[in-house]
Amino acid sequence: MTVTVETPREQQSANPGSSIGSAVQEYFNKLRGGDVGSLPAIFGLVVLVIFFSILEPSSFASTRNLANLLVQAAPVMFIAMGLVFVLLLGEIDLGAGYTAGTSAAVMAVLLTNHGVAWPIAVLACLVTGAVIGLAVGLLVALLHIPSFVVTLASFLGLQGVMLLVIGQGGTISVKDDTILAIMNNNLSPLWGWVLFLVVSVGFALSTLYTVAKRRRAGLPTDAPALIAARIATVAVPLAILVFLLNRERSNNIIINSLKGVPIIVPFTLVFVLLLTFLLNRTLFGRHVYAVGGNAEAARRAGINVPGIKIICFIIGSVMAAVAGILFASYANSVSPTTGGSQTLLFAVGATVIGGTSLFGGKGRILDAVLGGLVIQVIGNGLPLITEESGIQYIVTALVLLLAASVDAISRRRAAASGR
Amino acid sequence: MTDGTTDAQAGAPLLSLRGMNKSFGAVHVLKDAGIDAWAGKVTALVGDNGAGKSTMVKGIAGIYSFDSGDYLFDGKSVHVHSPKQSAALGIEVVYQDLALCDNLDVVQNMFLGREMRTGLTLDETTMERRAQETLAGLSVRTLKSVRQKVSSLSGGQRQTVAIAKSVLWNSKLVILDEPTAALGVAQTEQVLQLVRRLADNGLAVILITHNMNDVMRVADSIAALYLGRTAAQVDAKDVTNTQIVELITAGYSGDIGLSPSVAKEAVA
Repeated sequence: MTVTVETPREQQSANPGSSIGSAVQEYFNKLRGGDVGSLPAIFGLVVLVIFFSILEPSSFASTRNLANLLVQAAPVMFIAMGLVFVLLLGEIDLGAGYTAGTSAAVMAVLLTNHGVAWPIAVLACLVTGAVIGLAVGLLVALLHIPSFVVTLASFLGLQGVMLLVIGQGGTISVKDDTILAIMNNNLSPLWGWVLFLVVSVGFALSTLYTVAKRRRAGLPTDAPALIAARIATVAVPLAILVFLLNRERSNNIIINSLKGVPIIVPFTLVFVLLLTFLLNRTLFGRHVYAVGGNAEAARRAGINVPGIKIICFIIGSVMAAVAGILFASYANSVSPTTGGSQTLLFAVGATVIGGTSLFGGKGRILDAVLGGLVIQVIGNGLPLITEESGIQYIVTALVLLLAASVDAISRRRAAASGR
Repeated sequence: MTDGTTDAQAGAPLLSLRGMNKSFGAVHVLKDAGIDAWAGKVTALVGDNGAGKSTMVKGIAGIYSFDSGDYLFDGKSVHVHSPKQSAALGIEVVYQDLALCDNLDVVQNMFLGREMRTGLTLDETTMERRAQETLAGLSVRTLKSVRQKVSSLSGGQRQTVAIAKSVLWNSKLVILDEPTAALGVAQTEQVLQLVRRLADNGLAVILITHNMNDVMRVADSIAALYLGRTAAQVDAKDVTNTQIVELITAGYSGDIGLSPSVAKEAVA
């Protein structure tokens, strides 16, 4: 008695995705199955950009505003990238905003009040972040206190620490040229194109290397057209971006020339690549996803679950500390409100809009970047249209709800299609 | 072997337990129980709820250690006190709840905790190829792609992945805890075929089950536990369905099993 059920494996031998048509077909199947990936965030970004460009063609759709937007989005993006590690475990870090503020305060005090060289101040800033992350991680992983409670405490406590570090006076100015350069300087146009070449050629080579390796091992590979399309989705937008940013955007060219890719763009790219590599290609990254997906299965497979949790909280807090440096660089100072108000909530919103799940196991570094851009486009575009800051909060809230609904619906579809 | 066993099994067993005892406080769960498992054969471990099946398996896997008894593996007396030790011997247990990560794909699950690496990075191509070879070796044709996420798999497919995971590591003995519970008819059939193939590939298989149909379909040998004692271990072809049910429920059936007096004493 032989019973044949489910789909036969004929597709395996027929090399799935060997034509662009079947690749498109497979992609739509994935979408229908609830695996929407970064589609909602990209769609939202495009819609918002078109919307604001039509309403405010002169102010929003200018190269000057494009550069501003990328710079302003960076700090929240960095906090969000760190949060991805924490959210992947199904945990939360409510204190990330004030971790950024506290770390920045430590750096500013060392730089300005004690005249310490910037590398030491930056190191102290990162160590501050790491210590905060270690403390939170130990409490969550070893004492099993819910991360919501632990980081609620760090949210409150760090505000106090920050006030004490900053001390009387309220604001510490930052005048170190290296620190200020991160958020305020631009690459020369030539270096902009070098950046473009390095990134697109690097991406193409690594993609082709993977394909060659799979082919040698006799495993199915994507169609050449699809591979070319994938490389183009990185190279073409980057080329357009570099081209636009290399144009003169100064109001008065005689006083000062303003052109080139802001330094923060390659700075962010480096972190995106490093952290994506860490999550997708290394043992640690695989174990992060495993712990987020099924902690008990991970434990039985011999994975050190508390260790993974502690490291993720440390990464989250160190990324927040880097965001603190960016805040200080952008504002030329650190004050008790640095990293405060909605900073953290915008960062959580960015990851969710990007497609990271708050239930753990699902999320990518790219989510934080795309979601961060969506949040910043709203924050940058709406004030041009209306003076009411109330409207801005409401619109941000609606976009967040929309993203959460997309996540919920796609999760339901995924559950339904999982036969 | 315990009284009343028809020992017609050929060759030396890979795993042989004799006179195993295990108590939890005042509760004497296993009383001189034993089981044999041969390479290339499916040994069904049957018994009513509370007969001691789980305790026996956890003892074999090293999750509990037996209080007393002889644990022979591959002809040598061994002491297994931790899951790591049993894994080092080549014993793999597939538990009922499977312990798979839904958000990872088939390859990632099969290599979870034992990922292969080249330098700093994961060696995805080698892992994918080995996973495919393992599945092909078990004639698994129900998976569309080994890069499918486990969340998109059916219950039978998940069971298949969990079983394939256990044979990836040169294991010699695979213990399956109720692999067909909660599966539909067609999927049960798939899993039973897979169980049969494991044995045909030369592995020793211990199959824990409540389902008499499963037992009659795939088992070569049947070990019946009755209130912590081994009622009998018999060749599957020598007994009928009814006889096994009697062994499970009364501890004896005709002239096989415990002597009626011992069986009654066990109840008291």
